[in-house]
Amino acid sequence: MSNKHQLLAAGLDLAYGDRQIVTGLSLTVPPGKLTVIVGANASGKSTLLRGLARLLTPTRGAVYLDGKPIHQMPTREVATLLGVLPQTPIAPDAIAVTDLVGRGRYPHQGWFRRWTTEDDAAVAEALNATDTADLAGRAVDELSGGQRQRVWIAMALAQDTQLLLLDEPTTYLDINHQVEVLDLLTDLVRQRGRTVVVVLHDLNLACRYADHIVAMKSGHIVAEGSPGDVMTEAVVADVFGMPSRIVRDPVSDTPMVVPIGRHHAGSLEGQAKRGVAVTY
Amino acid sequence: MSMATYAGRIRTLRHAAASRRRSTSLALLTALGAAFALALYLGDYPIPPLAVVQSLFSPLTGLTDRSVDFIVLQVRLPRAVLALLSGASFGLAGIIFQTLLRNPLASPDIIGIAHGASAAAVFCIIILGWTALAVSVGAFLGAILTALAIYLLAWRDGVTAFRVVLIGIGMAAMLAAAISYLFTRARLNEVQQAMAWLVGSLNAARPEDCIVLGGAMLVLVPLLIGLVRGLDAMELGDDTARALGATVERSRLGLMLVAVGFAAFATAAVGPVGFVAFVSGPLARYLLKGTGRGFPQAALVGALVMLVSDLIAQHMLPAVQLPVGVVTGACGALFLLWLLMSSGRSGRIN
Repeated sequence: MSNKHQLLAAGLDLAYGDRQIVTGLSLTVPPGKLTVIVGANASGKSTLLRGLARLLTPTRGAVYLDGKPIHQMPTREVATLLGVLPQTPIAPDAIAVTDLVGRGRYPHQGWFRRWTTEDDAAVAEALNATDTADLAGRAVDELSGGQRQRVWIAMALAQDTQLLLLDEPTTYLDINHQVEVLDLLTDLVRQRGRTVVVVLHDLNLACRYADHIVAMKSGHIVAEGSPGDVMTEAVVADVFGMPSRIVRDPVSDTPMVVPIGRHHAGSLEGQAKRGVAVTY
Repeated sequence: MSMATYAGRIRTLRHAAASRRRSTSLALLTALGAAFALALYLGDYPIPPLAVVQSLFSPLTGLTDRSVDFIVLQVRLPRAVLALLSGASFGLAGIIFQTLLRNPLASPDIIGIAHGASAAAVFCIIILGWTALAVSVGAFLGAILTALAIYLLAWRDGVTAFRVVLIGIGMAAMLAAAISYLFTRARLNEVQQAMAWLVGSLNAARPEDCIVLGGAMLVLVPLLIGLVRGLDAMELGDDTARALGATVERSRLGLMLVAVGFAAFATAAVGPVGFVAFVSGPLARYLLKGTGRGFPQAALVGALVMLVSDLIAQHMLPAVQLPVGVVTGACGALFLLWLLMSSGRSGRIN
């Protein structure tokens, strides 16, 4: 796909009231790639995502979508190019799954263009992609946390945008569904040339799935690049303030972070003495 | 299954929901029609059904019977129409606030807007010595000013639902205190007049009231239809709504103004009839079983509740005409208890 949309932040300051969260941050989102933002709690990951998604107006600097300041573009136009799944969306009481997923079609509809077969197709495809088609007729209230999360992702997919930003979409999910969601996002990137930015907690899944990884600490980017380049023991120590060993993920050959913690620091020395390879 | 089959299934589900909405509306319309006919027929002065129909068409046919026409066209018809219009207005005002603030408790009769109208009306009656239409105008202004005050007090870089509800409830308590204070300074006949207004009643329904409220609804309903699409996004939370390209602040302000308009005009016409705004939305949603947001159905439920409550108020006790607010208050309080108890079990009240 050649019509890839460019999203970048330049000199971005983001704040909630007087509380400055992100300071002077610049980031170019690589088009057609899966970018994962990692960092400790309160490092500004979600705030950055909200800023990129024009949900939070920067106090300095700007976010540019295809070279235009995103906060000055008509929000409806942005919504046809860039989809966002916030951390805590709200489902109206008793809403049905298809209805909720159908809400993703909002920016494509208007006063004179209500529901069409194209919308039906987009909803069907989104449900299918997230493996929620069987839930179509159910009420969202009745679903398990994991099912609900997949339905929300389906809603964001139904919006059918080139760029997709998701804030911790794997929270509340079992490990199998976490992997499923990340596989799905990878499909979107590889097969459909979408650009996806996702905030994740799990460093090892981040390393495995990210094309581009952004590590944040107190509102700054500490390191960015391919997981292999970024995820070093030094970076983990800096970002999370925690000693760790980086080993090789036996499945994907990507870095895998093994935290050490206070109680096992001793056993490491023992392993080293026995000649066990512990470094990546 | 192929994608076309999936799309077909989505379409089927969508049509089934639409059909449920239609049949609900139809059932409500039928009940409303029956109640309306009953309201024109029932009364101390017996008039056979045919004579009622004849009287209704007398402006067209010219077949008049002065005493019957007076009762049907000047007394019963305005009363039934006013019940219908005010009930629908309360119902819409209620469901707009409940949807917007994502809370079944957030109807205008709970978050202080009705109290604002009441306090202003009591002030007009007791301090200014106003009567009738002037009191209605005062109540209208009171509702608008209260809504404005709640909005401004709740504003902090935008308005969140939770703050509006809390500030509204605080406002309601304050205005209730103001009303009590005004009562302590009043003479007995003023207290009676004020109390009658506070309970809300259709006893004094006049054709002019219907025209004013009907005219207001002719403006407000198209505005609502224009704004309601925004709720598709806004129901999902502010961030999601903005992400979907909705103009959240503007739509919310617009919808609140429309809701306040409905509540203020209806309150000015019939007084703060309790609980109609509060029950209509949840009842409509209950009937729809999750197949829609239920705005038209809430208007129908509101009209039906008002009309039936007024029938009960008029005819339950021989020789005594209760104000309609007594009936809606008694039924509404039971409904509130039921809502709190049932949602306490499922934990779904936010």
